[in-house]
Amino acid sequence: MFSAQQYIKATSIQQALELNQKRTSAILGGGCWMRLGKKNYSTLIDLSGLGLDQIEENDDEISLGAMVTLRQMETSQLLNRYFGDFFVQMVRHIVGVQFRNCATVGGSIVSRFGFSDILTGLLALDCDVVLAQKGRVSLNEYAQMPYDRDVLTHIIIKKNGRCAAYESVRNTETDLPVLTCAVSILENSTRFVIGARPQRAVVYETNTDPEAMIQKIQEETEFGSNMRASKEYRRMLSGVLCHRALEKAKEGIKCR
Amino acid sequence: MNYVNSAVRKKDAISLVSGKPVYTGDMIPQNTLVVKILRSPHAHAMIEDIDVSRALLVPGVACVLTYKDVPSSRYTTAGQTYPEFSPYDKLILDPHIRCAGDPVAIIGAETLEAAQKAMKLIKVTYKVLPALIDYTNAIDNPIIVHPEDDFKTLIPINAEPKRNICSKGDFSFGDLDAEFAACDVVLERTYNTKANNQTMMEPFTTFTYLDAFGRLTVVSSTQVPFHVRRILANALEMSKSSIRVIKPRIGGGFGAKQSAVSEVFPAIVTMKTGRPAAITFTREECMTNGSPRHQMQMKVKIGATRDGDIRAIDLYAISNAGAYGEHAPTTIGLVGHKSLSLYGSLRAARFSYDVVYSNTMGAGAYRGYGATQGIYAVESAVSELADTLGIDPTVIREKNMVREGQIMKAYYNEPCNSCALDRCMKTAKEMMDWDNKAAVRTLPNGHLHGVGVALAMQGSGISHVDIAAVELRLNDDGFYTLLVGCTDMGTGCDTILAQMAADILDCDIANIAVQGVDTDQSPYDTGSYASATTYVTGGAVVKTAEKLRAQILEAGADILGVPAEEAEFDGKQVLVPGSGKSISLREIGYITCNGSRQLLSVHESHSSPISPPPFMVGMAEVDIDPQTGKVNLMDYVAVVDCGTVINKNLARVQTEGGIAQGIGMALYEDIQYNEDGKMINNSFLQYKIPTRLEIPNIRVAFESSYEPTGPFGAKSIGELVINTPSPAIASAIRHATGLTFTTLPITAEQIAMGLLKNPVPEEK
Amino acid sequence: MQITLTLNGRRCTDEIPADMTLFTYLRQKGCYSVKCGCETSSCGLCTVWMDQKPVLSCSVLAARADGHEITTMEGVQQEAVEFGTFLADEGGEQCGFCSPGFIMNVLAMVRELPNPTDEQIKEYLAGNLCRCTGYQSHLRAIKKYLAHKQKEAVR
Repeated sequence: MFSAQQYIKATSIQQALELNQKRTSAILGGGCWMRLGKKNYSTLIDLSGLGLDQIEENDDEISLGAMVTLRQMETSQLLNRYFGDFFVQMVRHIVGVQFRNCATVGGSIVSRFGFSDILTGLLALDCDVVLAQKGRVSLNEYAQMPYDRDVLTHIIIKKNGRCAAYESVRNTETDLPVLTCAVSILENSTRFVIGARPQRAVVYETNTDPEAMIQKIQEETEFGSNMRASKEYRRMLSGVLCHRALEKAKEGIKCR
Repeated sequence: MNYVNSAVRKKDAISLVSGKPVYTGDMIPQNTLVVKILRSPHAHAMIEDIDVSRALLVPGVACVLTYKDVPSSRYTTAGQTYPEFSPYDKLILDPHIRCAGDPVAIIGAETLEAAQKAMKLIKVTYKVLPALIDYTNAIDNPIIVHPEDDFKTLIPINAEPKRNICSKGDFSFGDLDAEFAACDVVLERTYNTKANNQTMMEPFTTFTYLDAFGRLTVVSSTQVPFHVRRILANALEMSKSSIRVIKPRIGGGFGAKQSAVSEVFPAIVTMKTGRPAAITFTREECMTNGSPRHQMQMKVKIGATRDGDIRAIDLYAISNAGAYGEHAPTTIGLVGHKSLSLYGSLRAARFSYDVVYSNTMGAGAYRGYGATQGIYAVESAVSELADTLGIDPTVIREKNMVREGQIMKAYYNEPCNSCALDRCMKTAKEMMDWDNKAAVRTLPNGHLHGVGVALAMQGSGISHVDIAAVELRLNDDGFYTLLVGCTDMGTGCDTILAQMAADILDCDIANIAVQGVDTDQSPYDTGSYASATTYVTGGAVVKTAEKLRAQILEAGADILGVPAEEAEFDGKQVLVPGSGKSISLREIGYITCNGSRQLLSVHESHSSPISPPPFMVGMAEVDIDPQTGKVNLMDYVAVVDCGTVINKNLARVQTEGGIAQGIGMALYEDIQYNEDGKMINNSFLQYKIPTRLEIPNIRVAFESSYEPTGPFGAKSIGELVINTPSPAIASAIRHATGLTFTTLPITAEQIAMGLLKNPVPEEK
Repeated sequence: MQITLTLNGRRCTDEIPADMTLFTYLRQKGCYSVKCGCETSSCGLCTVWMDQKPVLSCSVLAARADGHEITTMEGVQQEAVEFGTFLADEGGEQCGFCSPGFIMNVLAMVRELPNPTDEQIKEYLAGNLCRCTGYQSHLRAIKKYLAHKQKEAVR
């Protein structure tokens, strides 16, 4: 468990950003993973008073506030309308309902954990993150960036008709994943995301032959071993999950 | 009344489901010191220097104890009857660190924060030694886990600590070589099982204080309060008479709490400071320094004739005691006794073993206690033998299984007085639709399909060792108090013992008050382990209740002025039939509690020269995704012979719960160490016990035999039920994939990678 | 720091350390039904409701509960016993240590899902570990409880 001297419920994003400039400060998401650390923070910054717990849409985009919980995404009719059960498949295996009522999408994306289902899933959609300082940055770019002291406030998903499917393999149903995979299709383009390699998710995109791309993913992606699985098993699974998710994504397009 | 063999609600149920503060951790008094343990990061080391001076300066710190402050008598934490089979190989704190997490210092402080702060300020200089992690290389390894000269055994167990041997031995019957020579098929296989953790939901928790008489009072979540009294006396070099142990409700034990894992730490803090002290282990401590199942490697050689007569089995096991030998010399025996005895057909058998020390965490008692490992190995071998011979695995078992009336040669030559294993098999086959299911290799979804079967047995208490005393009182107003020393750990034994007493006394079960254990007030009982409670303590309840019943009749008849032979007791009153004379139990209660007469209070004890085995058949049906290797358990059928079922609900839930734990062992629970000997799976995040999504529909049925020596014909059930999943599931996986896995858990990865190398041939 | 929250229907104002978990706070307030089984947000024993939604009290800081409504089993005794009776009649409470967290999640589920299937029930409750029962008796109890609730509703 971490320790902290001070807890401040931010009254504005600007205040949160200022407080967060100190190296010993931290923004508190759901707290579920944070408590596994043993750090000592001078200030914990709570964004829960800033109305960032909303899922909203306009004509072009859906916006997820950073404090939207995983469970909100799972049960959102709005997300379901645009993406079918994609969000349900993405989060349903994450520990339990109580955990998902705590954990936030902002916390998941900022942490950019290798095992993150959320990062894998959202990378398959066309997403930007909104940062208090840097403004709007594509999620793909954000995923590569080093950790910094900016404040993530929103995740914006483009409503461009992209159809996505999510697959994962886990040793037990609610364990951290052995491998995650999301595949999405938009017109001629097919995107593959492979996460829990166990390193951070990677993205592949093709406008030509998805099958050839799966072959390439299996051959070229870097996989590692940990207590959950060997890299050889992960490599094999990457092909299996890409195929399965691709089929499901195609099905999804047909259904429209 | 007919409470026995019905589904009675547990007497403590409503307080448990409404969250009442009935557990050890809910009762810790105000101003109790928080006890924390500084633990070694190294698996093998010597403490060269330890400086606690700065830690002692932290405000709120009451004591910081090191090896310099503790008694020098070695003891065992194993909760067993004295003289224990477990070696006295442990100190409260020892400068010789034998496994990662071994205690280095004990801190008592006013608050958790103060204790944690002090912990960071203790300066320890370790001389790190090479660690012995691979226990299969322990014997005569240059790394010696117990080189000390004051290592002590109370009973000859063939310990050779300088060779890392904690215990070794063997037993056999028949002419093994001749029988193998006469067999048409001889199979040899090596099996491996892991050090599964019990993961009872309530962590090890204890608090201690000095009572008004200056005696050390220990409130603890334990299965063995009377043994804890002795263990603490040994460890602290105190007299047993100055220790009192109280057991409140327990949040699960499964054998973990058959060792005094947490008690000694607050106890020594209380003795040093005079203050109340409390410890609750973190889950990490429960995982890394609890008392898990003994990791084992077993070699099975099994021989049979072409038509499936199993003639001979030679079984060798090497068991990893880990750093300390608690329960190690005894668990090993069950590996052989409880597996070989399943086969009445054997003409020759041998069991030989080595129990070794290593620098991994010390193991202990876990439900099944060696039988689980032995049965996994032998049953797996029998299934593969059947496959090799082209005989259905249920048929080969029907042909060879132990039967009522036989003498069990591998089981101390005990007679098999009660056994419905044959009926269990028949019912299980029907429930599973075995004959049809066994023929299916692929499912419509393209997945692989298989079914597997296993037999299991256990004991009912430890013959000649376990003893239970029971006291039963008639109080004024005509209600009873049932005093027992066995420990309900959620299993419901307080209720089932009251069921037995209520049936004998012909009363409402609500009329019997039962209490948790207090070593000052409860009658002696060795404790709840070794599947003893229903059989042994139940036996004592029957004796006691029958005697009290007779005394009530005598007292009533005496008050009525008639000879006892002319009167009857119907549970509510003593009456003289035909005369109109009667006196109510209530009045007898008042009269006997009133000066002029003898109080009615009966005390009896019970033990058994035999330990009758309960039996069962387990069957698993699996659906395997050939691309990911993932095993979907579709169905599990369990048919149990525990003699008379005392409580239908509780026996069923015992079975379901034991099978779920067995499923965890078979498929998921995978203790791993890094090269330095630190456990990696030290939390619920990393050590995955089954959730409700992993557990299939478990279908339970009972085929009861009648055990003539048991209370109401009952035998045990608690441990038996964990033994079938590993071999049944392993065999089902083999039938589905054609692959033989001999190391648990069988992971999806092993299956998928195995299928990659050896694909299942297309069905013609 | 100071927080003000509604605990089981009562307004409480307390001075707390910034890093105190809701779990620790609730135990200090005498809500002993709330149990802890791990340090890794994995077991579900500490489940309470925050604004009627089940959360892990070990993972939520007490500071975040400021201004919110917290419910523990102490606050829903009647309902707990009502469902608990069905659980007890299956022998499904066993050691009882996971019962409060489990029952709090069952009661939350009943509020959230109108007619859950077996699969939905299992999935909703997957974050509640139990080592005693093998979960079968839980499912039996829940189904009987739901049927009973439905009968009550018709009446």
